[in-house]
Amino acid sequence: MIQTLLREVKEYKGASIATPLFMILEVLMEMMIPFLMASIIDDGVNAGDINHIYKVGGVMVAAAAIGLLAGMAGGRYGAKASAGLAKNLRETMFNHIQTFSFANIDKYSTAGLVTRLTTDVTNVQNAYQMTLRMFTRAPASLLCAMVMAFRINAKLSSVYLIAVVILGLLLALIMSHATKYFQQAFPKYDDMNASVQENVSAIRVVKAYVREEQETAKFKKASENIYRIFMKAECNLVYNAPLMQFTVYSCILLISWIGAKMIVASTLTTGELMSLLAYCMNILMSLMMLSMVFVMISMSMASIRRISEVLNESSDIENPANPVFEVPDGSIEFRNVDFAYRRDSESPVLKDINLKIHSGEVIGIIGGTGSAKTSLVNLISRLYDVTGGEILVGGRNVKEYDMEALRNQVSVVLQNNVLFSGSIFDNLRWGNQRATKEECKRACRQACADEFIQRFPEGYETHIEQGGSNVSGGQRQRLCIARALLKEPKILILDDSTSAVDTATDARIRQAFREEIPDTTKLIIAQRIESVKDADRIIVMEDGRVDAFGTHDELLRENAIYREVYESQTNGGGDFDEKAGD
Amino acid sequence: MAGPMNRGPRGVKPQVKNPMKIFKRLMAYVFRYYKYHYIAVIALIFVSVLANVKGTLFMKNLIDDYITPFLMTDEPDFMPLANAIKRVAVFYGVGILSTYAYNRIMVNVTQGTLRSLRDDLFAHMERLPIKYFDTHAHGDIMSVYTNDIDTLRQMVSQSIPQVINSGITIVSVFVSMLILSIPLTAVTLAMVAVMILSSKAAAGRSGKYFLEQQANLGAVNGYIEEMMNGQKVVKVFCHEEENKKAFKELNDRLFVSADRANTFANFLGPINAQLGNISYVVCAIVGGALALHHVGGFTLGGLASFLTFNKSFSMPINQVSQQLNAVVMAMAGAQRVFGLLDEKVEEDNGYVTLVNAVEENGQLRESDGRTGRWAWKHTHQADGSVDYVEVRGDVVFNGVDFGYNDDKIVLHDVKLFAEPGQKIAFVGSTGAGKTTITNLINRFYDIQDGKIRYDGININKIKKGDLRRSLGIVLQDTHLFTGTVMENIRFGKLDATDEEVVAAARLANADGFIRRLPDGYDTMLTGDGANLSQGQRQLLAIARAAVADPPVLILDEATSSIDTRTERIVQDGMDKLMNGRTTFVIAHRLSTVRNSDCIMVLEQGRIIERGTHEQLIEEKGRYYQLYTGNSISA
Repeated sequence: MIQTLLREVKEYKGASIATPLFMILEVLMEMMIPFLMASIIDDGVNAGDINHIYKVGGVMVAAAAIGLLAGMAGGRYGAKASAGLAKNLRETMFNHIQTFSFANIDKYSTAGLVTRLTTDVTNVQNAYQMTLRMFTRAPASLLCAMVMAFRINAKLSSVYLIAVVILGLLLALIMSHATKYFQQAFPKYDDMNASVQENVSAIRVVKAYVREEQETAKFKKASENIYRIFMKAECNLVYNAPLMQFTVYSCILLISWIGAKMIVASTLTTGELMSLLAYCMNILMSLMMLSMVFVMISMSMASIRRISEVLNESSDIENPANPVFEVPDGSIEFRNVDFAYRRDSESPVLKDINLKIHSGEVIGIIGGTGSAKTSLVNLISRLYDVTGGEILVGGRNVKEYDMEALRNQVSVVLQNNVLFSGSIFDNLRWGNQRATKEECKRACRQACADEFIQRFPEGYETHIEQGGSNVSGGQRQRLCIARALLKEPKILILDDSTSAVDTATDARIRQAFREEIPDTTKLIIAQRIESVKDADRIIVMEDGRVDAFGTHDELLRENAIYREVYESQTNGGGDFDEKAGD
Repeated sequence: MAGPMNRGPRGVKPQVKNPMKIFKRLMAYVFRYYKYHYIAVIALIFVSVLANVKGTLFMKNLIDDYITPFLMTDEPDFMPLANAIKRVAVFYGVGILSTYAYNRIMVNVTQGTLRSLRDDLFAHMERLPIKYFDTHAHGDIMSVYTNDIDTLRQMVSQSIPQVINSGITIVSVFVSMLILSIPLTAVTLAMVAVMILSSKAAAGRSGKYFLEQQANLGAVNGYIEEMMNGQKVVKVFCHEEENKKAFKELNDRLFVSADRANTFANFLGPINAQLGNISYVVCAIVGGALALHHVGGFTLGGLASFLTFNKSFSMPINQVSQQLNAVVMAMAGAQRVFGLLDEKVEEDNGYVTLVNAVEENGQLRESDGRTGRWAWKHTHQADGSVDYVEVRGDVVFNGVDFGYNDDKIVLHDVKLFAEPGQKIAFVGSTGAGKTTITNLINRFYDIQDGKIRYDGININKIKKGDLRRSLGIVLQDTHLFTGTVMENIRFGKLDATDEEVVAAARLANADGFIRRLPDGYDTMLTGDGANLSQGQRQLLAIARAAVADPPVLILDEATSSIDTRTERIVQDGMDKLMNGRTTFVIAHRLSTVRNSDCIMVLEQGRIIERGTHEQLIEEKGRYYQLYTGNSISA
């Protein structure tokens, strides 16, 4: 899992190696100081040699200066390595997501992907920097100080060794205890946030039913729960600081006592005693730092897992080895097609579909929610792969085509369609990068979008907000249709794409299709009978099967479902609002 | 793709206008509940720091009074040293206990303060007018509870005690240093000045790049969000390569600023640590020379103590400078928290209340129990006499003007009469003002001019809670709460029995699907009922209104595409609910409109036509155009 991420270090390997090296250099320089201090006191002050003091002092200043430079270099490369890793992670993930098939995309929520690309990457960046810098600095410092202390006096230094082991164990105990509570706390925290979210978005309901006080009481309870559990967790952490103090103080007193005796017995010098006391602080601080780094890294493990999940996801639709780039015509054939969103699923979404659609035909598709209309058409441009049988476009299995060529020739207007921030031209050119303004306008005229675009003060240069929030639903749908038309596809699929367009405009769009792109095969999914009535043939879907396939008149005569829908929509069951236009 | 390039900076923390004022207010908030706690914390920190200082001073005694003299004697007496160590041990013990105690108390203070902040925020939020929610992004409101409170947590629990601790340490160490040696103190101060200046320079550069990084991060996040949302469209249009290119550009820019910001931030550590070491070394050299020549009675022991103080002097200064950043962040968070707490709550000057009523001798009288009949209890302010008016559902708008902002009126001179039991339909294009009118009846918004009367009473005189209780509402976007199906329906009437809930569900045609859920009425709903279909959620919303059983109903028919059969079930549920009640319905369906007693056609905030279906068809006006579909699309 961690290896997956480390692969992304790439060009920042140098910086990643340099950082710990510089950190170790800084530590080495730092550790020389108390050692040299002993020399100043014993050979300088006690021996009365002022020149020795200056000489050693000069070395110490130089050591500190080198330490400063090394530390800064470590910081520089640490920043570069971690920011670089973050950059690479984001880019690799983003590019990888671009290769995802619809099935892959379905697995993750949009919010989930956004979090992985942003917050999770930032967490990893911080953890990586922490690891490169502190995770080498703290153990190195611990080790160096220990070695130095032992070199000065092994007997006295064993006090530190014991202290380090005991403190380390106790810190680990506290941390693991606290982590346990924190892990319990986070879901509770999420619950509370969910409750706030709920109240913010449903405030009209709360106010309409005058439930402010009850909701506040409910929230108070959730808030109280969080209080309790965080109290428990934090109360564990409270032991950290006094424990640390206890260890430091004990060491100081023990060293003073034993040290004094040793000095008197001439097995230790005063200077050595002082440098030992200085190392004491270094050793215990490093230990404290180490335990903090552990917590930080373990907290970023969740992020690491989420990121590697995305990176390890492999697209389940791949381009064939020797792809065909030319789609000869717009004929479609389904042969014994079965389809399920999950391969292990017991009940397939589509069962044994057999259809033959001629090039240039207009086909209507109708059926209730969950009857698998969308699933049916999504298979044609290989947005999903069939689980059984085969689909032929232009007489060839769709799996033989180059994916991009296929999708350019089979243009789908999705049900939940979005526009992107940018001008109308920018959006239209998603369909064809090189489309001229005239071509864009022609497509808009066919989709009946030109009329409202012209009325915008800035016309085709009008800026569309993210998601197309500044145009109405009907306008958005028409722009999406125009965008799909610009591909000049051999097959055009409209998945409930005119639901927010008024009936008159809807009819005009269909008329434009008939007149302007007569050779294009058109598949129109609709809720309204009106939208499919004049199609050459109509598919009636029911529960993943094709219930009937025929003309309007045939179906009205022979198909119960079609008749039922037709009657419910013509006898006062129709939609008023949709007629009211956008 | 011009989009991502000209996107403005996002996620940049706004500047805090008056940090001192906010700081004071925050402290006042903490002190309100935890005054004595805080005083105790300060006292305990003081004890803990003093114990530490006392221990460091012991170093001087150890060397000067015990070790050095011992070196002169042949048979040293270790008893005085043992006693001295015991005394210091006691000091240390007290220090450790104080450290534990103040940390422990701080947990209470922090968590308690956070809890009351959360509770206050939520309680306050619930009382805010709808306008607040309509004009603020929900994500922003949420982030007050999460991000902003979190920055406050760090500040209250870490920064403040740290700063207090550091402050006391700095003062007491400074005094001790002065006692030990004035020249060395001067040297230390000079070094500290260098340290502060250089870390300030690094912090300044880093801060500048951090802002840049935040802006670039905002752009990257925005682009990611947009593209992840449209990922399926990206696939359909084979736009992957273009996306990669656009993303790379944004991402590279983020890298450059992140690299710089972090580099300068990373400089802080070595600058402080190594300059601290240099300060230590310089003191050692100067102090060594001083001790050698016994200038001003300076001893080796004094040097030992001083050097330790030198370390403990620069450390708290580092810590304070590190905490400053956290404090600035917390102030920005506190500003938003207090901003929410300062929002004006919904005003309610109503005094007419809703009561259960019984009729006696042709006179209405208040009743304690549920009677199924309701009355408005109108206490006249002049003489305190009480009138009862039966709740019938008679609603009148007279010359109502309304605008969401005072300077932009969206409803003009609306006149409307709804008699009890009548069904009033609003039709018109999006933005014509249909929803706005329904927002006024239950006083989600207050009108600018004109009068709205409910059973003859000006709705401004009715207590808001009681007014809303008498109105049922089913919105287009259904919202459900985390809890069981039963609880969600009971939201409409808290004391409803299980039987009443089931009866309401039956009325709303929801009973059937509820029984088919894994746990029936006890099925848990989470995430706004994410496990239910759109149609099912609507049925629950209808059931919720049904159990409340209000005399007046406001309905917003759903436009979302649910299939014809489910729609029919929903429609049937709605029809049953409307039966016998005054209903205002924002209509999207032909049948609803046709069956209405009166149809209001709205355009640009005015009622341009009114009448029954037949009358309006006869008029051949806008309604006729809409109905026959021969409209010029708006």
